[in-house]
Amino acid sequence: MTEIFGVSVDALFGQLLLGLVNGSFYAMLSLGLAVIFGLLNIINFAHGALYMMGAYAAWMGLTYFGIGYWPSLLLVPLIVGAFGMVIERALLQWLYKLDHLYGLLLTFGVALVIEGTYRHFFGVSGQPYPVPELLAGSTDLGFMALPNYRAWVVVASALVCLATWLVIERTRLGANLRAGTENPKLVQAFGINVPLMVTLTYGFGVALAAFAGVLAAPIIQVSPLMGSNLIIVVFAVVVIGGMGSILGSIATGLGLGVIEGFTKVFYPEASNTVVFVIMAIVLMVRPAGLFGREK
Amino acid sequence: MDRRKIGALSCAAALVLIAGCKDTGQSGGKITDNVVRVGVLTDMSGLYSDIGGQGSVVAANMAAEDFGGTVLDKKIDIVSVDHQNKADVAAQKVREWIDRGGVDMITDALNSAVALATAKVVAEKKKIMMNTGAASTRLTNEDCTSYTIHHTYDTYALANGTGRAVVKQGGKTWFFLTADYAFGHSLEQDTMNVVKESGGKVLGAVRHPLSASDFSSFLLQAQASKAKIIGLANAGGDTINSIKAANEFGLTKTQNLAGLLVFVSDIHSLGLQATQGMYVTEAWYWDLNDQTRAWSKRFFDRTQKMPTMIHAGVYSATTMYLNAVKATGTDDADAVMTWMRSNKHSDMFGTDMVLREDGRLVHDMYLFQVKKPAESKARWDYYHVREKIPADQAFQPLSLSRCPLITR
Repeated sequence: MTEIFGVSVDALFGQLLLGLVNGSFYAMLSLGLAVIFGLLNIINFAHGALYMMGAYAAWMGLTYFGIGYWPSLLLVPLIVGAFGMVIERALLQWLYKLDHLYGLLLTFGVALVIEGTYRHFFGVSGQPYPVPELLAGSTDLGFMALPNYRAWVVVASALVCLATWLVIERTRLGANLRAGTENPKLVQAFGINVPLMVTLTYGFGVALAAFAGVLAAPIIQVSPLMGSNLIIVVFAVVVIGGMGSILGSIATGLGLGVIEGFTKVFYPEASNTVVFVIMAIVLMVRPAGLFGREK
Repeated sequence: MDRRKIGALSCAAALVLIAGCKDTGQSGGKITDNVVRVGVLTDMSGLYSDIGGQGSVVAANMAAEDFGGTVLDKKIDIVSVDHQNKADVAAQKVREWIDRGGVDMITDALNSAVALATAKVVAEKKKIMMNTGAASTRLTNEDCTSYTIHHTYDTYALANGTGRAVVKQGGKTWFFLTADYAFGHSLEQDTMNVVKESGGKVLGAVRHPLSASDFSSFLLQAQASKAKIIGLANAGGDTINSIKAANEFGLTKTQNLAGLLVFVSDIHSLGLQATQGMYVTEAWYWDLNDQTRAWSKRFFDRTQKMPTMIHAGVYSATTMYLNAVKATGTDDADAVMTWMRSNKHSDMFGTDMVLREDGRLVHDMYLFQVKKPAESKARWDYYHVREKIPADQAFQPLSLSRCPLITR
């Protein structure tokens, strides 16, 4: 068998694929963050908690109301997205004129409240969520047995990321959104309801987090701490990709997932830090991030 | 002197004598500030709050209630604090408890870092720590003190129980999935030693960061090792997610998992489908006998959860302490420790438990195997008892202890 640095090629292929799966989550979460930052200038620290809420909403739907995985995939982002819009209207809208720091602190507080509430009711060990029957089992790829569900995660997140990018960069609605953030007064003068647009955008970013939460539920234990374990890495992804850059966050999300996967083979102890090492290097070389524009 | 006077005097003398004797018997014979106060030092909100946390406070309160709320006619007060899994927070809180809060005994102390920090403070202040939560064997070796009792379990007992039993059942080749910090390393090392001693072979290990978000990569490496047994030298959420991923990638069809620190609450949250067949070493399980069932039912009525061995340990430690206070008539730490060392202890946690001079409380441990979903008759019915590991074999022998207190 061929080997690279003492690791068989088959094993490397396996890790590459797993890296893509993890990268899909990074991409989806950082995409939501990028959309919110790009259009609202809010650093949404509550993103991890909202992702956790998505997973819990799916679990509660199944446990208490018998709502299966597929309807949840559609319903949960709507419900959690609506919750996000309430947060935006009630709290965030007062902060747009202030420094970024205020938005960061507020959303951080919101995240602590949400996580604390879930911890109070559900404890920290979490709840199991079964893999939907249609996707149970695994496919033998020759070099590894890939669980069908993980393959689906890659496909679903690719579709969602692509659709988001198309809407924002290639449609009239997206053009209005982008214009609204550049110069809200002028856009409003054209008769476009900018505050409504901003609320919907925040709701959409939150819905993306909730969607990722539902996708993650069958893979990792649904627990109140699942968001905080992930959110710091996702922030690093956004910084590396360039704050607010849609394409940047998708590409870096996938790329970092793969790099992290390889680190887990060659030097597993560093797998939690590799992303931050890359972040430090990128910030030194390109302070605006790989895909960001200097202002 | 008439006879009446002589009679009265001798009576008085006799009374003084009796009173005097009684006084020396109680060595000081007093309870400081007229309250016996037990502090539950635990993780209220972090990753260990399900295995200790609020449940530990409930367990300590149950022990106080079983004494009728008083000992020697003095009130028993249970206080608690969240140490946030930070050693410095714990040490500062314990100082405050002892200096100003009048706390006499500290229990639970989940998390080895917290326990080691607390051990130093209680030794300095001459109060008692009855540790039921932390796993590190350092508490009864390098860092032992005359005021630390390691009550419930430790890494040696876990490794010894699961490692030996699994090799005996035919699990000869091992690969470790280890949490990359002090606790994981020591659990890995202890288990490796036991596996080798029992005639098994260690094929390798992979170290993962604490609270890793995804375990699939590590498990693929474990799969590639072709080892029969994958030893999980991690805890809490990390163990849960490793087991989940192992099922997803089909490892469990050809290889077996051995959870080296798994609590019944972990099994509950993972479900039997994912955990069936796993070997687990614990000090206690709610369904061992009538006594444990009765106690657990009381616990369940208050918390809606079955107790873990840590919860039962807190109850047992508090009971043991209160018994000692009652017998010695004081809350003086030295007198209480002496009494606890020279008497055997029995309650619903164990029978004839002995406190060694290194601070280790010696009792039976149990090897369990997780039931198949079809074998479970009710909620929380999770374990088959596979082996009762007798007290004299369950823990590190005193002859191997590195505790400087031991007189050889």
